[in-house]
Amino acid sequence: MEEITFLKRKAVEIRMDLLTMIYEARTGHTGGSLSSTDILTVLYYKVMNIDPSKPKWADRDRYVQSKGHSVEALWSILADKGFFPKEELKTFSQFGSRLIGHPNNKVPGIEMNTGALGHGLPISVGMALAAKLDGKSYKVYTLMGDGEQAEGSIWEGAMAAAQYKLDNLIAIIDRNRLQITGSTEDVMGLEPLGDKWRSFGWEVVEVDGNDIEQLVEVFSTTPRVAGKPTMIVANTVKGKGISFSENQVAWHHKVPTEEQFNLAIDELSKQLEVLV
Amino acid sequence: MKNVALKPTRSNKIANRQVISDTLLELGKKNRDILVLTSDSRGSASMVQFGNELPEQIVEVGIAEQNIVGMASGLAHSGKKPFIASPACFLSMRSIEQIKVDVAYSQTNVKLIGISGGVSYGALGMSHHSLQDLAVTRAIPGLHVMMPADRHEAKKMIEALVEFDQPVYVRIGRNPVEDSYLSEDYEFEIGKAVTMKTGNDLTIIASGETVRVALDSAEALEQVGIHCRVINIHTIKPLDEEAIIKAAKETGRIITIEEHSIHGGLGAAVAEVVVQNHPVPMKILGIPDEPAITGTSAQVFKHYGLCVENVKKLAEQLLTN
Repeated sequence: MEEITFLKRKAVEIRMDLLTMIYEARTGHTGGSLSSTDILTVLYYKVMNIDPSKPKWADRDRYVQSKGHSVEALWSILADKGFFPKEELKTFSQFGSRLIGHPNNKVPGIEMNTGALGHGLPISVGMALAAKLDGKSYKVYTLMGDGEQAEGSIWEGAMAAAQYKLDNLIAIIDRNRLQITGSTEDVMGLEPLGDKWRSFGWEVVEVDGNDIEQLVEVFSTTPRVAGKPTMIVANTVKGKGISFSENQVAWHHKVPTEEQFNLAIDELSKQLEVLV
Repeated sequence: MKNVALKPTRSNKIANRQVISDTLLELGKKNRDILVLTSDSRGSASMVQFGNELPEQIVEVGIAEQNIVGMASGLAHSGKKPFIASPACFLSMRSIEQIKVDVAYSQTNVKLIGISGGVSYGALGMSHHSLQDLAVTRAIPGLHVMMPADRHEAKKMIEALVEFDQPVYVRIGRNPVEDSYLSEDYEFEIGKAVTMKTGNDLTIIASGETVRVALDSAEALEQVGIHCRVINIHTIKPLDEEAIIKAAKETGRIITIEEHSIHGGLGAAVAEVVVQNHPVPMKILGIPDEPAITGTSAQVFKHYGLCVENVKKLAEQLLTN
């Protein structure tokens, strides 16, 4: 099967898995997981140099999910990659489970505990700096939310990444334009977002973050400029992939009813059918 | 617990920050994974020489305390041994969430050295005093909290921490301090209190720079026939509960002295152990619930009764009641 088709199919399957997790657990951050699924799919199935049998392998690429609440796509992918048994997804958010509602480094494949917003970039700056100090060639990827951009610590990390010329650091903003209260531009306006990052010394590229082909292309060409960290502003759709959740702020952490769940699985199944 | 009944000298006054820097420089030459991170604070942390001699091992982060803790956790995650040297007031509270999540919860090997703690910034006022740091750091699971009493203890502590791959917050002051130990010829063990002086009439418990106040007070009390035990708690968390319970049982009365708010610090930590195991009368000496008055450390200590005269008076009260 052609690689792009494989990735597209994988993204739909991950959406089915994460929706099933959320439906069964009766809790979860649906909208942001669905918007970021394509980004994570491309990272984990195409871009990152990782080995599920050796999750702590020293030369692996690192992924830090700063927008920790959208962990469902990540749990689905890590299970599918074999970091832990897929059966364990059934324990998501249940009493005593290690698959909690945020990345948890007790689980193989998770580098750091995250979820408090604005932490991922500074952590990733430290990891990328360590690679430089050690003369290692691994890359560090971090995914942030757009609402998260209001956290001041992000801009502290942004300055440091440019200061230390961390071209092995690739940050991605899941730019779905919605946060829990409503539009990001109504809550705390971000535009011109790309220019903000450019002015902080980053190389910035904008893509359609739900377009697998564009994502593959952009990740294959990063870092773009020697000595500069890369920011990928990924324009996405919150709730992507399911007709009734797309661009609906209510689906930030809404759980589908039985009827909605069946409808969603049906829609996703139809998307799979045409991807051959 | 090892008894160290010493008569310390008043010579060799040196700031703990200098001792820590010297120790890290010595160890850093042998272990290139040791890094020092500063927040525009290499001067106030006495890290200038470290930076000059080991430029590859000092990381300047600028005035950004959240970022310095996040970066340190990322560096530690990749096998480095980062020591952050940053003003205690900002390091402990401005970045407390990073300390909770990126350091303690993620169990990254980050050492947080809070410099110029307590009231050692003197006239700079409440914004720069660090009198809540023990309360907030003590409440975080997985984080060790320590305070060295003098140069001998500061050196031993740093040597131990280089080999100890767990998160630690260390608070030190700014000024030169008198020795509390005669020499470094004593056993330092993380989590184990040190009995500085034996005695069974009452126990004075102190930490950091107040250990010297405790020793001087015990000496004054000795002259009026009151035999105090003096315990130095260099590790506030985890606390040496055994030493505290033993002191409560054997001496029946306890005074704690700390350069910290009376809420949530050393006295509170000791009281939690005492009331749940062997309740005895206690006095908690510290900074009251107010913005601390400004002045030199000695002036502030005296103002709030962290001094020989007041400890002696309280001890006599405890023994007559």
